[in-house]
Amino acid sequence: MRAPDSGLPILFDRVSLRAGETAILRDVSLSLAPGAPTVLIGPNGAGKTSLIRIAMGLQKPSGGSISWGGRPAPPPGRLAIVFQRPVMLRRSVRANIAFALAGQGLSRTERHARVARLLDLAALGGLADRPARRLSGGEQQRLALARALAREPEALFLDEPANNLDPAATKSVEALIRNAAASGIKIVMTTHDLGQARRLGGEIIFLAGGQLLERAPADRFFAAPATEKAAAFLRGDIVE
Amino acid sequence: MIHRRACLAVVTALVLATPAPAQEKFITVASTTSTQDSGLFGHILPLFKQETGIDVKVVAQGTGQALDTARRGDADVVFVHAKGQEEKFVAEGHGVRRFDVMYNDFVLIGPKADPAGIKGTKDVLTALRTVLAKKAPFVSRGDRSGTHAAEIKLWQLAGIDIAKEKGPWYREIGQGMGAALNTAGAMQAYVLSDRGTWLSFKNKGDLVIVVQGDDRLFNQYGIILVNPAKHPHVKKDLAQSFIDWILSPAGQKAIADYKINGEQLFFPNARKERS
Amino acid sequence: MDSAPALALLLSGDPALYGIAALSLKVSLSAVVIASLLGMPLGAALAIGRIPGRALLTVLINACMGLPPVVVGLAVFLLLSRSGPLGALGLLFTPAAMVIAQAILVTPIIAGLTRQVIEDLWTEYRDEFAAMHIGPVRRAAALLWDARFSLVTTWLAGFGRAAAEVGAVMIVGGNIDGFTRTMTTAIALETSKGDLPLAMGLGLLLIAIVLIVNALAWGVRRLGERFAG
Repeated sequence: MRAPDSGLPILFDRVSLRAGETAILRDVSLSLAPGAPTVLIGPNGAGKTSLIRIAMGLQKPSGGSISWGGRPAPPPGRLAIVFQRPVMLRRSVRANIAFALAGQGLSRTERHARVARLLDLAALGGLADRPARRLSGGEQQRLALARALAREPEALFLDEPANNLDPAATKSVEALIRNAAASGIKIVMTTHDLGQARRLGGEIIFLAGGQLLERAPADRFFAAPATEKAAAFLRGDIVE
Repeated sequence: MIHRRACLAVVTALVLATPAPAQEKFITVASTTSTQDSGLFGHILPLFKQETGIDVKVVAQGTGQALDTARRGDADVVFVHAKGQEEKFVAEGHGVRRFDVMYNDFVLIGPKADPAGIKGTKDVLTALRTVLAKKAPFVSRGDRSGTHAAEIKLWQLAGIDIAKEKGPWYREIGQGMGAALNTAGAMQAYVLSDRGTWLSFKNKGDLVIVVQGDDRLFNQYGIILVNPAKHPHVKKDLAQSFIDWILSPAGQKAIADYKINGEQLFFPNARKERS
Repeated sequence: MDSAPALALLLSGDPALYGIAALSLKVSLSAVVIASLLGMPLGAALAIGRIPGRALLTVLINACMGLPPVVVGLAVFLLLSRSGPLGALGLLFTPAAMVIAQAILVTPIIAGLTRQVIEDLWTEYRDEFAAMHIGPVRRAAALLWDARFSLVTTWLAGFGRAAAEVGAVMIVGGNIDGFTRTMTTAIALETSKGDLPLAMGLGLLLIAIVLIVNALAWGVRRLGERFAG
């Protein structure tokens, strides 16, 4: 039984997005509901980032409509996002996480406890008092994740997580994502790394040219893509 | 977190450290730049404070401006040197009563080179007529000060309507006596000054006294209590004690004792009997 | 002109001189503090808020950065004079009046520069704050704190303006010996008394003080950056 202020499922009904003359998203209809992680793949400029920004409520579509758990707007705090280049506040690691928890009506002890738990989860305990901007790329990604998870969201969006990270850092970030998925959080992420899509994907959504071309459970998609463009993409061809 | 609180503490301390409105006894005296620039106040005010514990805060402006300050109620006492303006001030009801305090004289200052050739003239009016005739550079205070009023009066006595006759040779600077002397030195011009400021002026350059001693160069200073009936907040008791002291033998002696290089700047002439 | 006694005076730690320098610092620093309390939130609000008339306010504040000090002095004088609206406060010819006048001068500078700094930072932080549903007040506070090192330059600009001006403090302070005489008004006075070496000496001292304040601020900034990234 869903909590009364749930933001899921997110329903896209013929959503389109234009920027001037260019169509970024065309006629996209889908539903994001609790379950296995959803990974969006597709060529650059396919509209993946725009899709999750719209799903987060950060951008309004030019056409069509969306709803969150039947509402016209996402209930605050139920959705979280880790941006491609997360911004670290100019303060310590601990303070960054605490910032996400401020104004939530938590007592100081509760807040301390949660921050400690999140630091543990993201394996950042030893770096708690380090200035966040002095962390390595992988550490900053883990911090961004910890921050996003602070308010215990229902859904977590990630835009190219572990982009530009070395294998060790990638491993730790993906472990966190898997962890979050296991605790019941709906993961929706974009990636251009097919290996990552295979590793993390419960289901795959393939976007090209602003259109949702295919959606299938991961094993089926990778074994036998249904559309020609998806197959071409998996082969390594340039798809527009 | 800790350093944030420290910052706040430092900032608060700084703001509180600004001097609070003084609880000690003090009065505000509107006076002239000539009394300030000559250094007279630096000499006599500490003596007054020693005797009465009252701080005298002097705001030095031109006579006209000082009287206006008092008209607005921003001073307790006026101490200036333009008898005509002072009497008008009292007549308007802004001042209680005017008393003579001290006098000195004006001197006509000019460059050593003396382009108008007036050095040593005994009659100041003749000298001024010559300045006009030769269109020699002349600096005027132009600021409604006592010195400016005296200068205008001298032109009038010489039969000259300076407002009409002035030309590029006549420079009105609208500033105090020191600034006027600086300007005269730089422009090699003539200027009317009070002797007090001239004697204590440190940038004489090649300026010298060209005319002095004429009776019409007499310069009288007066003191007036600002009328508490018009301005109820005036500190009339403290202000009255200042006036009383300045007119008393002690105050008059303090004025006479002020000398620069052995030369007396101001000559006390308060009347002995006051009602 | 004998400069030796003037120099000796400056180096002797003469209490009157010390009092003048201390007053200058107190007045200007107090003014900057007040101006920051008013100007920084205003600047931040202009940078991130969707306030009606925002563009007009921004232009106004930028224009006010160049307010002539003597005009501000005159306005404050008329306000605080006994025959003016705030005359009952008895603040004319006191250091408090000087602080008020300088605070008015410096607030637009701090507001305008803060707006610029915060606006630049806002473009970076905008999405994160939107995603985290941070309210406008917390947003402004977080941006101001994160921009604290750039804001040091803003404070220095404000302090420089306050410490250097003579027009406003002369008019509202009255240049009263031992009470409202600051370095700048003392320089004006000594110049008009013809004591140019002393005036120059005071001028150099003033410059030295401003340099020291700048150096301290730079030091604080460098240290802070090193420890807070």
